[in-house]
Amino acid sequence: MTPASQKAVEPTIEIENLKTYFFTRSGVVKSVDGVSYSVAPGEILGIVGESGSGKTVTGMSIMGLVEKPGRIVEGSIRFKGEEIANASERRLRQLRGGAISMVFQDATTALNPVLRVDTQMVETLRAHKKISRREALKTAEEMLARVGIPTPEKRLKSYPHEFSGGMRQRVSIAMALLNDPDLIIADEPTTALDVTVQAQVLLETQKLCREKGTSLIWVTHDLTVVAGLADKVCVMYAGRIVESGSVDDILDNPQHPYTIGLIGSIPSSNTRGRKLQQIEGTTPSLLNIKPGCAFRERCWRATSACQEEPPESSFGPGRTVRCFHPCLDGEQYESAGLNA
Amino acid sequence: MTIFLIRRLMQSFVVLLIMSLVVFAGVYAIGNPVDVLISPEATELQREQTIQQLGLDRPMWEQYLIFLKNIAEGKLGTSFVHNRPAITLILERFPATFELAFSALVIAVFLGIPLGLWAGLRADSFSGRSIISGSIILFSMPTFWVGLLMIIAFAINLNWLPTSGRGEVGTFLGIRSSLFTIDGLRHLVLPATNLALYPLALIIRLTASGTSETMSLDFMRSARAKGLHAPRIVFVHLLKNILIPIVTVIGLQFSVILAFAVVTESIFSWPGMGRLIIESINLLDRPVIVAYILVTILIFMLINLLVDVLYSFLDPRVRLEKM
Ligand SMILES: Nc1ncnc2c1ncn2[C@@H]1O[C@H](COP(=O)(O)OP(=O)(O)OP(=O)(O)O)[C@@H](O)[C@H]1O
Ligand code: SF4
Ligand SMILES: [Mg+2]
Repeated sequence: MTPASQKAVEPTIEIENLKTYFFTRSGVVKSVDGVSYSVAPGEILGIVGESGSGKTVTGMSIMGLVEKPGRIVEGSIRFKGEEIANASERRLRQLRGGAISMVFQDATTALNPVLRVDTQMVETLRAHKKISRREALKTAEEMLARVGIPTPEKRLKSYPHEFSGGMRQRVSIAMALLNDPDLIIADEPTTALDVTVQAQVLLETQKLCREKGTSLIWVTHDLTVVAGLADKVCVMYAGRIVESGSVDDILDNPQHPYTIGLIGSIPSSNTRGRKLQQIEGTTPSLLNIKPGCAFRERCWRATSACQEEPPESSFGPGRTVRCFHPCLDGEQYESAGLNA
Repeated sequence: MTIFLIRRLMQSFVVLLIMSLVVFAGVYAIGNPVDVLISPEATELQREQTIQQLGLDRPMWEQYLIFLKNIAEGKLGTSFVHNRPAITLILERFPATFELAFSALVIAVFLGIPLGLWAGLRADSFSGRSIISGSIILFSMPTFWVGLLMIIAFAINLNWLPTSGRGEVGTFLGIRSSLFTIDGLRHLVLPATNLALYPLALIIRLTASGTSETMSLDFMRSARAKGLHAPRIVFVHLLKNILIPIVTVIGLQFSVILAFAVVTESIFSWPGMGRLIIESINLLDRPVIVAYILVTILIFMLINLLVDVLYSFLDPRVRLEKM
């Protein structure tokens, strides 16, 4: 590759071996333990994993919002080539809400209840650009219209509690889009919404990102959401990425037992009519985690080899699996017992 | 808003009426003022004349009705001792107490909120812990004792400040107050600080706990994620949320200080309502006691109303119509 072509595909965000630990009284919680991924401009990355797998903490690490007793202990976060892991508060503040924005999990609590929506939108704009209040209001109004909020000029004057859940989520998304960010981290922003609204919000966000070439990281614990949305997928388990690849790779050809389990719990054409399969057990506590594969207690393929840390093996660009016994083509469904 | 105000006024009227009865009965039960007011050497005739003059020979319910009738006419009765309308006596003393209470509250708020914010934001630091410990100590120290210590330290030993009285009174915008002269302010510093200690401790605690609770909420994380500057996060996003309980407490405390500045006024010989009520109780000067209590209740209700209105401005989820 020539340096020129390298430059052309410079990822918006590139995380390498990120480790974010919480040093609590009862011990070290390894919430993010060696995560690597990258997202190119205009690309959408889905991050899938159960509750407690470290999805939110990864996003917070990028934003530089990890609070005591937590901190980034290792690894690098490069934003458009600039190292921002443990960057100065000043630099991070410039990036937050400006070039990188984050939409949080629960829209009902993400907006300040005692400030009007216009106040909250205008301050976001004015924290990053020197513009008049009037200009800011105009931008805010346009943005509300773009995310599908009717009569935006009136709604600007409302307080968060005057919006429905779905509308509040749109407001949150509009707020994240305000400063034309290069990267949006959407942390399960649709979980609280009903399915039709979810699909709508998803579609619109996707459209907005594609139009502007914004990179999008969409965090969810629902693979179906990712299927229709993302270009590539990282599956997270206990603070690690256990499998990654293009959406098609992950959905059609999953290799990690955990991913197969996740897919087993999706209703799809070939599982229709069957009882949905849940992966038994829960995410282990990330506190003082035992060495070896974290999925071992729940894995039907586990052997004594799995007492060791499984290395990450790569099959082609962007396709990785972290398992001693990955399922190769075709065998996984029988092994998972999904035909039974 | 209008509906709310009308309903509130009607409620207040009923409360005032009930309270007037309770207060009247209470005072009636304390003792007979005649024993205090009339010199033992007076003849039986003089004695009876005085009793008749004061209306004390009539049955209690009749006295109460006369009392109500007088209120309706704007008369709260005449002091047995001073032989002047009770309400005039109280209103004369009111500015002194008001300026004392107001200054105390200003000290408590402008010291308490910043200290509380600091303690809440830096809960793990030495300074944060010290502020909290200090507020606990303040809570547990009796006001009169601290007042005496202050007099010994600043007035007697250091001789910086005067110990008693209101000092020179200045006039500004038609208001007469010792806030407007240097001498008056010098007289005000010690008693106002003394009176401020308890509400100061309360506001520090409330602000600190509100701060640490609110900082961990989702919308505060959003505020940081938007790249806002720290002052905006603290003074707009945080403060506007914690101000709601603080305003309530400030309101309640103001009524309490205003009505019960008695101790501080006694120690510092402050010529306010508190001193008047002590004297009146000693002399069983019924009309003054009753008028004092009714005025106090009125002030309580007024401040509560103010707090509720402020509340609706601070918290958009509060609707006055529903209160
Ligand atoms: N402040 C903290 N102190 C200690 N541990 C923490 C803290 N914040 C997060 N963790 C731990 O980090 C782990 C990962 O949390 P995280 O919120 O990233 O999970 P998640 O994948 O986003 O889950 P969910 O789907 O429920 O949002 C959890 O085990 C959690 O207990
Ligand atoms: S490494 Fe072993 S325990 Fe872990 S997922 Fe693979 S087979 Fe299962
Ligand atoms: Mg999360």
